[in-house]
Amino acid sequence: MTDYFRGRRLVYGLILFFITLSGFAQMPVFARYYISDIPGLGWLAQFYVTHAMHYIMAALLLVLGSYAAMDAVLGRKLPSAWQNRVNKGRLTATGWVKVLSLAGLMVTGCVMVVKNLSGVYFPHLLIIFLDLLHLALCMILLGATLYAGIRKRPWIAV
Amino acid sequence: MRSPVSRRQFLKSTVFAAGAAVVGTGPAAAGPGTEEEPLATLIDISRCIGCEECVYACNDANARKFPEPEKPFPTMYPSRVPVEDWSDQRDVTDRLTPYNWLYIQYATGTKDGEEITLTIPRRCMHCQNPPCVKLCPWGAAKQQPSGLSRIDSQLCLGGSKCKDVCPWDIPQRQTGVGLYLDILPAFAGNGVMYKCDRCYDRLEKGEQPACIEACPEQVQVIGRRSEIIALAKERAQEMNGHIYGLDENGGTHTLYVSPVPFDQLTYDTGKGKPHLKPVKDTMADGSNLALALVIAPVAGAAAALGKFYNRIKEEA
Repeated sequence: MTDYFRGRRLVYGLILFFITLSGFAQMPVFARYYISDIPGLGWLAQFYVTHAMHYIMAALLLVLGSYAAMDAVLGRKLPSAWQNRVNKGRLTATGWVKVLSLAGLMVTGCVMVVKNLSGVYFPHLLIIFLDLLHLALCMILLGATLYAGIRKRPWIAV
Repeated sequence: MRSPVSRRQFLKSTVFAAGAAVVGTGPAAAGPGTEEEPLATLIDISRCIGCEECVYACNDANARKFPEPEKPFPTMYPSRVPVEDWSDQRDVTDRLTPYNWLYIQYATGTKDGEEITLTIPRRCMHCQNPPCVKLCPWGAAKQQPSGLSRIDSQLCLGGSKCKDVCPWDIPQRQTGVGLYLDILPAFAGNGVMYKCDRCYDRLEKGEQPACIEACPEQVQVIGRRSEIIALAKERAQEMNGHIYGLDENGGTHTLYVSPVPFDQLTYDTGKGKPHLKPVKDTMADGSNLALALVIAPVAGAAAALGKFYNRIKEEA
């Protein structure tokens, strides 16, 4: 793996860590279980801070996601000799699970951002459905990431 | 006092709003002048005599919604999780509780050089963009197109986030009741949060909220928000008074008009006794950041396109 792909993976890892942390902080659990009492983690119990952080991390994830997708598509348009080996490969099964759950998280997240705007009313059942689906997709993504990490399954088989 | 809307208009607008809420019309912007313009209430505190008729009417009308907790309460872990039990203090009316969604706040101020006492009916402000609803992690709180926000006691787990994000700390918790008892009562949840729901069920039937109907002094008026704002400004001009709720937390569906500036009022505040200070729009940061989410994918795609273009140029 080149330094470029290592760097991209590091950025993705950092975004995934902080977006997950700020996402779970939307539930009132960090104060209950003393985690926000740990010096330096008090912000985890401040809902408006974690809410803003979740939005910022979501924006960075969208930048990275669209960049990686566009890069992969355009990379295949280059002459074969210029193409990166990774761009020539195919998504593995865990890669597909991660890509699809990420896409689902982006869609449900963006819909919930619209829901949070002033003057926007969504049917109550739709809001509950979105909340649960977003959480379920997050758990699927984390599960697939953990599995891929333990079994050393890459995103792309080259 | 003359209402800003006729009874016929009021019924028409509330029935429309209730109907829309029931059938779930999907995302709908409720802007001024549209059929779905939310309803707001005006509380003219210069008229309030503090008789508490509104408080008793609220308690009577909503008694069936009050919690009936199961005792003893399950032990909750860790030990810092507070048990909040108001079930043996149901007659408390000098603050907000799960059994008292409206109370009379006493305030003093100076008007024309004389000290006066004002009595202020206090309850949920029903924000235009309510953080209690929008930030509830389970969707247990809901906002209806009629402008009211309420908490579904069947779904609420009592985590109290709604109270933490409410600028006025309005929702109040009762332990030992609700969905959390059926999940992991020892480790997650702590009851149900309760607050004024602006008598949504009465509105659906075309009736006025109980506190408004019971008031002998017509302290409160309900109508379309634009009309209520116009009335509030008219009243404020008449009494050389001041309005609270126009911009607080981005605007609320409960507006107060007072003969004394709100920042010059002295009143008892604390747990269950909300303040009347200026409040910035707590949801504004999220709304501003939403723009970043629109720009983000375009920026990412543009960066990849730039890289592709440079590669082609280098190799050419």
